[in-house]
Amino acid sequence: MGFPLLSLITWLPMVGVLFMLTIRGDEKTVASNARWTALWTSLIVMLISLVIWVKFDRSSAGFQFVEDVAWLPEYKVGYKMGVDGISVLFVLLSTVLTPICILASWESIQTKVREFMIAFLILETMMVGMFCALDFVVFYMFFEAVLIPMYLIIGVWGGPRRVYAAVKFFLYTLTGSVLMLLALLAMWLQAGTTDIPTLMHTHFAVHTQTWLFLAFFASFAVKVPMWPVHTWLPDAHVEAPTAGSVILAGVLLKMGAYGFIRFSIPMLPDAAAYFAPFIYTLSVVAVIYTSLVALAQEDMKKLIAYSSVAHMGVVTIGLFTFNEQGIQGGLFMMLSHGVVSAALFLIVGVIYDRIHTREIARYGGLADRMPNYALAFMLFAMASCGLPGTAGFVGEFLVIVGALKINFWLATLGGAGMILGAAYTLYLYRRVIFGRITRDDLRHIMDLSPREWLVFAPLIVLTLWMGIYPSSFTGFWDASVAAMVKQHTAALAESVKLAGGLH
Amino acid sequence: MNNWMIALPEIVLAVTGLAILIIGVLRKQDAVLVCTMLAIGGFLIAGLLVLNGARGGGYNGQFVSDSFSSFNKILILIGASLAAILSLDFNRQQKIERFEYPVLLLLATVGMMIMVSASNLMTLYLGLELQSLSLYVLAAFARDDLRSSEAGLKYFVLGGLASGLLLYGISLVYGFSGTMDFGRLATLLTNPAAASPGLIVGVVFVLVGLAFKVSAVPFHMWTPDVYEGAPTSVTVFFATAPKVAAMALLLRVMCSPFGHLLAAWQSLIVIVAIASMVLGAFAAIGQTNIKRLMAYSSIGHMGYALAGLAVGTPEGVRGVLVYMTIYVIMTAGTFACIIAMRRQGRAVEQIADLSGLASNDAGLAMLLAVFMFSLAGIPLLAGFFAKLYVFLAAVQGGLWTLAVVGVLSSVVGAFYYIRIIKVMYFDPAAGAFDRRAPSLSFVAGLTGLATVLFFLFPSPVVDAANVAAHALFR
Repeated sequence: MGFPLLSLITWLPMVGVLFMLTIRGDEKTVASNARWTALWTSLIVMLISLVIWVKFDRSSAGFQFVEDVAWLPEYKVGYKMGVDGISVLFVLLSTVLTPICILASWESIQTKVREFMIAFLILETMMVGMFCALDFVVFYMFFEAVLIPMYLIIGVWGGPRRVYAAVKFFLYTLTGSVLMLLALLAMWLQAGTTDIPTLMHTHFAVHTQTWLFLAFFASFAVKVPMWPVHTWLPDAHVEAPTAGSVILAGVLLKMGAYGFIRFSIPMLPDAAAYFAPFIYTLSVVAVIYTSLVALAQEDMKKLIAYSSVAHMGVVTIGLFTFNEQGIQGGLFMMLSHGVVSAALFLIVGVIYDRIHTREIARYGGLADRMPNYALAFMLFAMASCGLPGTAGFVGEFLVIVGALKINFWLATLGGAGMILGAAYTLYLYRRVIFGRITRDDLRHIMDLSPREWLVFAPLIVLTLWMGIYPSSFTGFWDASVAAMVKQHTAALAESVKLAGGLH
Repeated sequence: MNNWMIALPEIVLAVTGLAILIIGVLRKQDAVLVCTMLAIGGFLIAGLLVLNGARGGGYNGQFVSDSFSSFNKILILIGASLAAILSLDFNRQQKIERFEYPVLLLLATVGMMIMVSASNLMTLYLGLELQSLSLYVLAAFARDDLRSSEAGLKYFVLGGLASGLLLYGISLVYGFSGTMDFGRLATLLTNPAAASPGLIVGVVFVLVGLAFKVSAVPFHMWTPDVYEGAPTSVTVFFATAPKVAAMALLLRVMCSPFGHLLAAWQSLIVIVAIASMVLGAFAAIGQTNIKRLMAYSSIGHMGYALAGLAVGTPEGVRGVLVYMTIYVIMTAGTFACIIAMRRQGRAVEQIADLSGLASNDAGLAMLLAVFMFSLAGIPLLAGFFAKLYVFLAAVQGGLWTLAVVGVLSSVVGAFYYIRIIKVMYFDPAAGAFDRRAPSLSFVAGLTGLATVLFFLFPSPVVDAANVAAHALFR
């Protein structure tokens, strides 16, 4: 076992938290120190995670940087960490988005600054820990513990209906995850271990798989969120502060899809294949229905929230095609959505900080006063509707290719999301950016400040990089996905043989 | 065999109790502080004696000291000590500081320790009554307060009824089997078919009597009223040590003499557990008084603990023991926070009084939030592990209905726990609380730390619970 790099980036934010707790002084000093501490902590974490990016061996399908410490030895539960091609980029996504969020809330959060920063760093620990966990119990703990800081972030620093949104968010996600807990216990008892790599190669009886899959589905579908359990998301997004929305869209939504690809598909191949048409149906409904709903929104954040549901529908279609293109597309879509939707929420945050409303009708003609802003907005809007050359295109394209191998109509209906996506995104862009300035307060609105440029710069670079040269990202998971698809096919063939043998 | 040493902790405690009584009478001033300190010292010594004391049976098979009883005694002593520390400040502020308080606390604790060590139905009953009588008096300790007197009376009447039922059950068991000794009963009932219907009825009555003591549904009616009416320093005691003792008793009686009758009582416990979990979750939603809320919460928690008993295996018992340990810690901490709720010298106990606590007293709000998240069973905090082990056992035993109802009602439960956090963090601030006594901060901080850091070192508790659970099935 080498240097515990993953544990370091997981727990380092906690050091920042402890440090912040010791800050003394009047409110202003505390706030300013807390901001700088949080920023530096998250920047250091990001830099260390870049070491992982560099040192990761892309040709291997296995887990790397593995750490294994006995924790509850008599139950064969260990504190085991490790990343493979699938999870490593999500670790990076979390560590990159956190400093961006902290920078974005530099001025917009003015009350209880220290508490906000503490909650954010705790959130970072939970997110990174969840993507690194290689033990089911450890995974579950991080997965659910995310609720605590997020609940507080929405509830304390959120908008007018924040309490309703926070409680709804909490209860929806908790209901799902407790059912997953039962599935966890069942797998634990049957396999005698909670080691994720071992569980991936454990065969469960087909009947058991069905139940386990449904329990997992309850948890992950809420988190993704899939139609019809998506209703918590628009509320949570609208009420959360900008940074909260960013991390919610950027990372937390990915937790559900990550759960599908880490647990449901490799561990329960038969049930996953059995339920695939069901997943397709829900996803297609999500893509088309929520896109139409997005078209009718008056609130910018709500519009982007519904578009997130639609995009995540494309992700689940991709993951459940079980072929390389589909899964790669789904993963890429997760990553690009993590960057692009995060950026869009930041875009909304910029004008919300100035005018304090998110109502689309209150804006118009911003291109005049804020050309730089309009440019950045344009890029992310294009990426969101999947313009070639931006991050959004690659994922959607691969998913459609993957879906075509399954069924023509699946690909067509799933692809309809791109058209509808273009419709609502461009409609939003036109109403906010173009037209005439009719309101007085918009005449003196300021363009992007240097701090805001600093926030957007990495996201702009990432969006273009992912669109123009996707191989630097897909290269990470090529081997892992290929191994997974192979294992999945083999498992299904095995079950068919077994079933044939019975008759 | 007359190995009197095995009851040494109880003897020491009882003697300490009598000594404190004399000191209290003789000393005129600040008797309470001295007496309480002596009581806590007694608990400490008893704890050391339990840890290092002799093991085995004695007193003609009336009394047994094994790792199961030691585990629970330590837990009871921890609960009693925390309650004693918390009572110091509260009783002084409420002007009910009298030296009888530590004495009663001590005698009740002796009763509980005897209950835990009982290996005969008669010892069981004696221990239970010593405990109950002390508790009746404690409930009515604020004798000039109408609510407290009412709580004492209610508890006495209903408790007396439950004791009667228990005694009736014991007499039936004795009448149909000819013995009250746990070991002999277990041997007699090795073949469950040998149990006569009359004996089964007796077992059910015993079960009812004990279910009353752990306040499981449908024998829970007294809990909210007593919790609310009794002085808070007494409520914290009620919520911790007696619950452990009664649960331990239930575990021992059900698993040791009647262990072979599992098929007969399992479905009963399953129903009681489900009813407790569901009622605890739903009935708490409408509460506005935080002590009442905690009463329903404790009913729910007893339901989860009983889920472990329903499995009837060492794994199940281990789950219950871990659950009770964590429950005692969380509950003591929560009540420490509740006792700290005091404005202009008056204790307040409405949930609305917590409004905006986070901006007035960030430390207290954070501690209470930790306890609430933990009671709701959110991971990384201790409360999650409590549920984990119980549900693990339930799933292992194939009790899927129980497990599914359990996790779903924990979601409903989470609703009212996070409502308190919501009130503290999201609502506009009400007036600040008075400066809290260091003793409260000490207890809340200590238990809070234990709740947060439990995940780092779960092994000692779980291992000890494992050994204790297996002692029961030898």
